[in-house]
Amino acid sequence: MTKIVVDGREVDVPADYTLLQACEAAGAEIPRFCFHERLSIAGNCRMCLVELKGAPKPVASCAWGVRDCRPGPNGEAPQVSTKSAVVKKARHGIMEFLLINHPLDCPICDQGGECDLQDQAMAFGVSGSRFHENKRAVEDKYIGPIVRTSMNRCIHCTRCVRFTSEVAGTGDMGAIGRGEDMEITTYLESAMGSELQGNVADLCPVGALLQKPAAFKARPWEMAKTQVIDVMDALGSNIRVDSRGREVLRILPRINDDVNEEWISDKTRHIVDGLKAQRLDRPYLRKAGRLAPVTWAEAFAAIAAKVKAADPKRLGFIAGDLVSAEDMFAFKGLADRLGSPNVDCRQDGTALHPRHGRGSYLFNPTVPGIERATSLLIIGSNPRRESPVLNARIRKRWRMGGFPIQLIGERVDLTYDYDYLGAGTDTLQELAGKAEQLGERPMVIVGQGALARPDGAAVLALAAKVAKSFGAVSEGWNGFSVLHTAASRVAGLDLGLVPGEGGLDALAMAEPGALDVLFLLGADEVTVAPGAFVIYQGSHGDRGAHRADVILPGAAYTEKAGLYVNTEGRVQQSDRAVFPPGEAREDWAILRALSEQLGARLPFDNYRALKAALQAAVPHFAKVERVVPAEGDILGTLAALGGEVDRAAFRSPVQDFYLTNPIARCSAVMAECSVLAQGHMQQAAE
Amino acid sequence: MLDDKDRIFLNLYGIGDWRLEGARKRGTWDGTKGMLEKGKDWIINEMKASGLRGRGGAGFPTGLKWSFMPKPDPNRPAYLVVNADESEPGTCKDREIMRNDPHMLIEGCLIASFSMHANACYIYIRGEYVLEADRLDAAIDEAYEAKLVGPDNIHGYPFDIYVHRGAGAYICGEETALLESLEGKKGMPRLKPPFPANMGLYGFPTTVNNVESIAVAPTILRRGGAWFAGIGRKNNTGTKLFCVSGHVNTPCNVEEAMSVPFRELIDRHCGGIRGGWDNLLGVIPGGSSVPVVPAEQIMDCPMDFDALRDLKSGLGTAAVIVMDKSTDIIRAIARISYFYKHESCGQCTPCREGTGWLWRVVSRMAEGRAQKREIDALLEVTTQLEGHSICALGDAAAWPVQGLIRHFRPEIERRIDTYMANPHPEPIRIAAE
Repeated sequence: MTKIVVDGREVDVPADYTLLQACEAAGAEIPRFCFHERLSIAGNCRMCLVELKGAPKPVASCAWGVRDCRPGPNGEAPQVSTKSAVVKKARHGIMEFLLINHPLDCPICDQGGECDLQDQAMAFGVSGSRFHENKRAVEDKYIGPIVRTSMNRCIHCTRCVRFTSEVAGTGDMGAIGRGEDMEITTYLESAMGSELQGNVADLCPVGALLQKPAAFKARPWEMAKTQVIDVMDALGSNIRVDSRGREVLRILPRINDDVNEEWISDKTRHIVDGLKAQRLDRPYLRKAGRLAPVTWAEAFAAIAAKVKAADPKRLGFIAGDLVSAEDMFAFKGLADRLGSPNVDCRQDGTALHPRHGRGSYLFNPTVPGIERATSLLIIGSNPRRESPVLNARIRKRWRMGGFPIQLIGERVDLTYDYDYLGAGTDTLQELAGKAEQLGERPMVIVGQGALARPDGAAVLALAAKVAKSFGAVSEGWNGFSVLHTAASRVAGLDLGLVPGEGGLDALAMAEPGALDVLFLLGADEVTVAPGAFVIYQGSHGDRGAHRADVILPGAAYTEKAGLYVNTEGRVQQSDRAVFPPGEAREDWAILRALSEQLGARLPFDNYRALKAALQAAVPHFAKVERVVPAEGDILGTLAALGGEVDRAAFRSPVQDFYLTNPIARCSAVMAECSVLAQGHMQQAAE
Repeated sequence: MLDDKDRIFLNLYGIGDWRLEGARKRGTWDGTKGMLEKGKDWIINEMKASGLRGRGGAGFPTGLKWSFMPKPDPNRPAYLVVNADESEPGTCKDREIMRNDPHMLIEGCLIASFSMHANACYIYIRGEYVLEADRLDAAIDEAYEAKLVGPDNIHGYPFDIYVHRGAGAYICGEETALLESLEGKKGMPRLKPPFPANMGLYGFPTTVNNVESIAVAPTILRRGGAWFAGIGRKNNTGTKLFCVSGHVNTPCNVEEAMSVPFRELIDRHCGGIRGGWDNLLGVIPGGSSVPVVPAEQIMDCPMDFDALRDLKSGLGTAAVIVMDKSTDIIRAIARISYFYKHESCGQCTPCREGTGWLWRVVSRMAEGRAQKREIDALLEVTTQLEGHSICALGDAAAWPVQGLIRHFRPEIERRIDTYMANPHPEPIRIAAE
């Protein structure tokens, strides 16, 4: 700890602090544009200048370390002033310089109201201008379908450049030209290639980079802000849903250092238009081959007739990928009460099963634990597509150095270097028993590309064997990590949504003639063979609804409160931002009403009672925001499973990052991104 | 007045042979091994004793700079980088050294690298110096062939030397921007601290020196620091290459003693001011970045760091730009402002935005299209620019304008009055190229 005097107040701060941090610790506010906690220090905006006693010139506090300050002649603590005349003059000067070439278009700028430049000009600037020359004009650039540019407004803080090169790892953006002709752009104005590009608009302190799909829709102060958990991937990114009336207008990240830090993927951010399109807003019943709108009572009556006529063993229940824990709990409760053993939450047919222990399907080291790991082996996963924000975390660890990464699976650009070991099970078999431990805390990520296949259980056993010899589990460290692709999967496994005694799994239920009645709760990724009577409950008219005989309109994830468990096993609470459209209802309420009709009444009447019942049944659901670590010798149990493996190569289930779920498939923005990503559009010309 | 026997650069005008043979006749590479055998401390102490101040413009004591290098560490190689990106308008001294006596520089590189335990030296030469780079390359080849440098040279100190050609950006003459450029990145200055002596090229200890500072080192060591310190005034010792250009009768590069009076410099070497001493308007004594000094102040001023600093100007690179009374001083400064606007790298706010502002206002003032109150506003803008940028380019852009306003304010006001008396509507040329 080092002593430093800020504005006459002595504080004790760690020596590796910068002056900016030290000043903040002392309660002084330092304006800044280029500085960002999660990016490297550029020191180029010069807004954070402070006066350091003994230094000939004001110093940039963001870049000046506390240990770089020299003590006074008699060993006094260094003195920093953030309020002196010198500092005030410097701030006025920098502010004036920033504004001379910044257009006065705040009234038509979407950043207005949440603009750093606007706020700081009010706080630290002067009111008039002495600049009577022409302002610089810069052509707007095309940098992709997600981010809109208005380059006149750019203040060259280079946050976007540093983000793409450091966090996203694609290095899409850069600056061309020099001096006042310097322009921020992508190479030849091509679209950015990152799955995290939307974050550059958040980082932009002015209105130069804005969210293209959200342009000209609303002012920040008009929107209600709700804390929601994202369901686009299994990471459970913390998001803020901004809505006005019944409409979701935009989605922004919330800061949670344990999960998504400050980033979200483009899919998380820009499925907003998908929440409005193709919505199921009333019940439908298939009459003479066509779906016809009906009332809730008619839909329930039709279901009751079919269910009561069927043998309970011929009833099936499949929960989808975006469903909350409460909904699955109610869904399972309904199945149990009807006496059906055919329950599953694993539409993709993954081999994970709660009977092997909770640790067998969790991302055990947790997301922050990635930063403690010393080496990484990826088996059958493409984290860049399956969870881009988690991939950025791996990249962050890789950038710290001393982090060898090996990969078995698809050879793709993951934004970091890795040793490519092989494509599939052959390599895994070679590695079993002789994988070398690298460092103290090795980590093994097993993806659904290795597990969601007919020989998944055997691959899981083999992967566990490799992980064991790799030293992934040791005292105080569990590096065995399963990366899920579905937001609901871990909660489903925690709740035991797997086939009971003699029950069928999801893939078997979809086979021809397997069942009489199949109930799909937001399950759109299974193809159900003709024959069974299909009930589809969900929010969007996607694959499941097309096959359905009865459609029950449910709520999307922004329209209901619920608990979600991410791939680490972290329970997170999501709130309702808006109401479901039309006659659609929250899913648990539909199940509760239906259960009454089926004579299998579920024992809760409101959300609170349901949640209490859930938390009573599975206690770790009460530990919100926390990860309850899994116990037991997971690798031993898994390795003992054995089995024959197929020689087919691992292939990530996420081949098109932008179109993995019904909401995304209804989004025009995602469709455009998908087309770009597939390379169909050579280059978007202006 | 410098005696011929005290001259360091004996082939400044390229009359003799620039190759190894000629250089050896002039004493280069004489007894180099013996100097190395005396050890690092001896070299650094002699350099300190000589009082040599860096010849690149800032005038930081060279011996002291060399002594800042950390102790040898096998995991952290040290580097010497020679700044041959001589881009300051008016300056052409390093050009003559590299063109006509490249071996002096190479020998200096070896000695300097030895004293800071660097086994590699990079010479970053500006791209426009095609002939100079070729000569330097040829001279280095000769030195390798004669085993004067190289992994197993006759001096017993493994040493490699490389020439890197820049692309001609002024900012790449700033030491940290030069390192960035040398690493293959965009030439933008780094934040200091950390200083290059700790974190320089590729993150390793590095010293960046000007060509002249390095080239004089062998002679200083051969003849002793005391000899060098005996020339010039205290704190401003030794000999210096002056590049006199502008309105003198015979512009030239000349090696003179430090602190030579301006009048003597011009009269002896440059044939006097064009039109006589009464015709002198002002002098920019140290390259375009230092403020102009009016005639009456400069005439009998000793040309050295301290005396010129007292005149609120500076010796800089000793590129003396002489202007007689035919000069439109406002236009001259406007042109310099344009240069800095053009060469600003664009990294930090004050310089990126401020240089263009200065240029535009000074350009208008050159035509008289301004208000008198703008003069004070302009002066204040220069103080907002000065000292707030990452590197010294912001200062360099501000100082000429400050010098103009300090000494030639009546001229600006007169220009404004003239225009006001006859305002004419031709548009002002404000074209960003």
